[in-house]
Amino acid sequence: MLTPPSSRRRLGRPVSSRAADGVVKRIISLSGVLAIVILAAIGIFLGLNAVRALHDVGFWTMATGTEWYPTIAEPRFGFVPLLAGSAAVTLTALLLSVPVSIAAALFISEFANRRVKDVAKSIIEFMAAVPSVVYGLVGIAIVVPWVKETFELDSGLSALSGAIVLAFMIAPTIVSISEDALHAVPDELRQGSLALGNTRWQTSYKVVLPSASSGILAAVMLGMGRAIGETMAVLMLTGNAARIPGSLFDSVRTITGTIAAEMGSVVQGGLHQSVLFALGLVLFSITFAINLVADLVLEKQRKRWRR
Amino acid sequence: MVTGPANNGAKGSFDLKEVSVTYGSETAVAGVSMHIPPCAVTALIGPSGCGKSTLLRCLNRMNDELGNATVGGTILLDGVDIYGKELDPVELRTKVGQVFQKPNPFPMSIYDNVAYGPRTQGIRRRAELDEVVERSLKRSALWGEVKKDLKKHAFELSGGQQQRLCIARALATQPEVVLMDEPASSLDPISTQQIEDTIAELKEHVTIVIVTHNMQQAARISDQTAFMLRESMEAPAELIEVGETRVMFTNPRDKRTEAYITGRFG
Amino acid sequence: MNRRIRQARIAQTVAVAVTGTAAALVVAAALFLLVYITVRGLPAISWEFLTDVPRQQMKAGGIFPVIMGTLALTLATAALSLPVGVAAGIYLSEYAPRSRFTRVIRLSISNMAGVPSIVYGLFGLALFVILMGIGKSILAGALTLACLTLPVIITATEEALRQIPTDLRQASLALGATRWRTIYKVVLPAAAPGIVTGSILGLSRAAGETAPILFTAAVYYKRQLPDSVFADVMALPYHIFILATQVTGRPDDIIWGTAFVLVGGVTAISVAAAAWRSAQRRKVRW
Repeated sequence: MLTPPSSRRRLGRPVSSRAADGVVKRIISLSGVLAIVILAAIGIFLGLNAVRALHDVGFWTMATGTEWYPTIAEPRFGFVPLLAGSAAVTLTALLLSVPVSIAAALFISEFANRRVKDVAKSIIEFMAAVPSVVYGLVGIAIVVPWVKETFELDSGLSALSGAIVLAFMIAPTIVSISEDALHAVPDELRQGSLALGNTRWQTSYKVVLPSASSGILAAVMLGMGRAIGETMAVLMLTGNAARIPGSLFDSVRTITGTIAAEMGSVVQGGLHQSVLFALGLVLFSITFAINLVADLVLEKQRKRWRR
Repeated sequence: MVTGPANNGAKGSFDLKEVSVTYGSETAVAGVSMHIPPCAVTALIGPSGCGKSTLLRCLNRMNDELGNATVGGTILLDGVDIYGKELDPVELRTKVGQVFQKPNPFPMSIYDNVAYGPRTQGIRRRAELDEVVERSLKRSALWGEVKKDLKKHAFELSGGQQQRLCIARALATQPEVVLMDEPASSLDPISTQQIEDTIAELKEHVTIVIVTHNMQQAARISDQTAFMLRESMEAPAELIEVGETRVMFTNPRDKRTEAYITGRFG
Repeated sequence: MNRRIRQARIAQTVAVAVTGTAAALVVAAALFLLVYITVRGLPAISWEFLTDVPRQQMKAGGIFPVIMGTLALTLATAALSLPVGVAAGIYLSEYAPRSRFTRVIRLSISNMAGVPSIVYGLFGLALFVILMGIGKSILAGALTLACLTLPVIITATEEALRQIPTDLRQASLALGATRWRTIYKVVLPAAAPGIVTGSILGLSRAAGETAPILFTAAVYYKRQLPDSVFADVMALPYHIFILATQVTGRPDDIIWGTAFVLVGGVTAISVAAAAWRSAQRRKVRW
């Protein structure tokens, strides 16, 4: 969710100020800070619960371990298969979704008339509001059988099935943020290019796209963050075998899928639970970094046109 | 390229016959007929909202890009109907350039801004582009200030420099006509002076049609002036009077023109 | 027409066709989703389905406790997140100075919006369920969902407040009102449609979340309705997940019926909220 650029600034000091005004201001300011508090608390509480895993297993062992057998007598807590699973699903989903989504955003922003634009945007908004478990369900009903038959596999539950559904799920994010970025390019630039004898398409790819490129990059990154963090649909579609995948047709288990599937059956306060928190901390750190960079890019772009 | 019989070699003359512009059901401009001579400056003056810019945008068909505008009547550029089948609007705009009210350089280097048009036309050879860029920047009187630093981002220039860059950008496609829509309205007096000097030099080679509501500016720089007026909110804008600038400012034929240029309304 | 322009024209046509196809593909996927869920889910809907408890290992009967569970969770989430979220929105729009600190707050809010829902689930488990000892319950689930919904509500509030012209605030201040009175009496009512609609959109998304309630609120099967906020509940999204993956011989009509109730409910509320907002906007024009 983005806040639009606004030239409107705060008011000056109020004409009269009473004690109540000050109290209210203090309460309201407190809730303003809440976002920072929650974000910090997430990191802290995941960290606290991961302490035992870091102590007993060690970060390096987890981060480089290639085996994930959490419930055998001598458990192995290697994150590599899970990281590989998340990477395979996420990157494939991006590969499928990014070109189509950016092209769609370009059409909606540059070529569609107003009515088409409004209708397309609200339909895409609906797509973003569909719960991920429902995407998983539709994936089981349609995508999994299709993948199984088309590629003649024993089971359609695979990285590919997860990635296909994920591609649709992240499309609304990429389309709408890219469209915002394209829309933010001032019309004067388009007219300047058209007046030099360029077609709308030449104007789009020579002036508008480059001008919006950082915003589009941020859109892709936010889509990527969403894909890495997506849980239910992936859990329902990828088959959840914790092995480093050899191909997209293999069953994979992602970071999110592992946490969701195993946290329900662990011993409270046990090592396995702590390892899952450590895994959660890894996931949080990855998405935190991606979102932060994307937000900084968007912020910079917003400033650019505020001349 | 068909050349009209009326101009003696010099290109870039317009002939407007009963030109009207309609937005949806509302007529914005009606019944404009005039001749715009080649290699001269024609100023369109009148109070704000009187259709000057709308008329200007008819000359390079930029009204086509702004939604539901329809243009009636005929506009001939050197005898060719610019709304006819034989001329594509994209092609027209390479012959009729435009400089906008607010400087609108593209977010790229100075060099790339000026080379943008020629590159669109398929010019790729570095030497040729260098030459076009230098010539255009010289003609827009910006060369001296930027020649050492053509790789600099256009946004780093001052407002006045940006506007002269936009003029250079328009000149680089070697247009026969340059349309200017209040090109100095967002600039300081010194930059305005520089733009006016540039215009005076440019008219040696190209036709200039300039919209301005600064009458002193029109008197200083133009050879021909056209006065437009919208008599009421409902009525479309009309062309009241067109003629040689010197004559019009000293001895206007129409009472309304006289009222406007002596500052009684507007 | 010369060759360059003809080529440019062709490129333009091709580009419009290609990008148009891409846009059509995305829109078609969304429409397909809507139609498919309706076609498969609508036949399962009956009075009995909506009002009965699940029977025969959830392969028959209805989903009444499931609906009520999601309703309870969502209402509790609203009660927790709305006051705080709206207050934070007011802070950002009306009080926050233009400082580095405000910038950090803004970055935190947009970052929060991108935190994976499963991470919120872990956070809720660690803080509310284990540390605070609330246990798996409506309250713990709603607190978790409230964290997740907060950035949406804050952003919606701030955006709605920014739409209100500065003149209006100054008019009130010039009459001698304090800043808070100005906000409370003039600015907030004017911005209410935007705040309410944005919040409903956020809450309806929370209603569809599974991962955050997996460890904090949702149970597999429970016939009786919750009697307090400390009770655990069944919930629509979790029910779909369980039926689709854990129940042998997947009872298709019940799964799709449940999915239809969830998507239909979420969509209907969102559409109603958006329609209400645009009706309000038409009434008041700045």
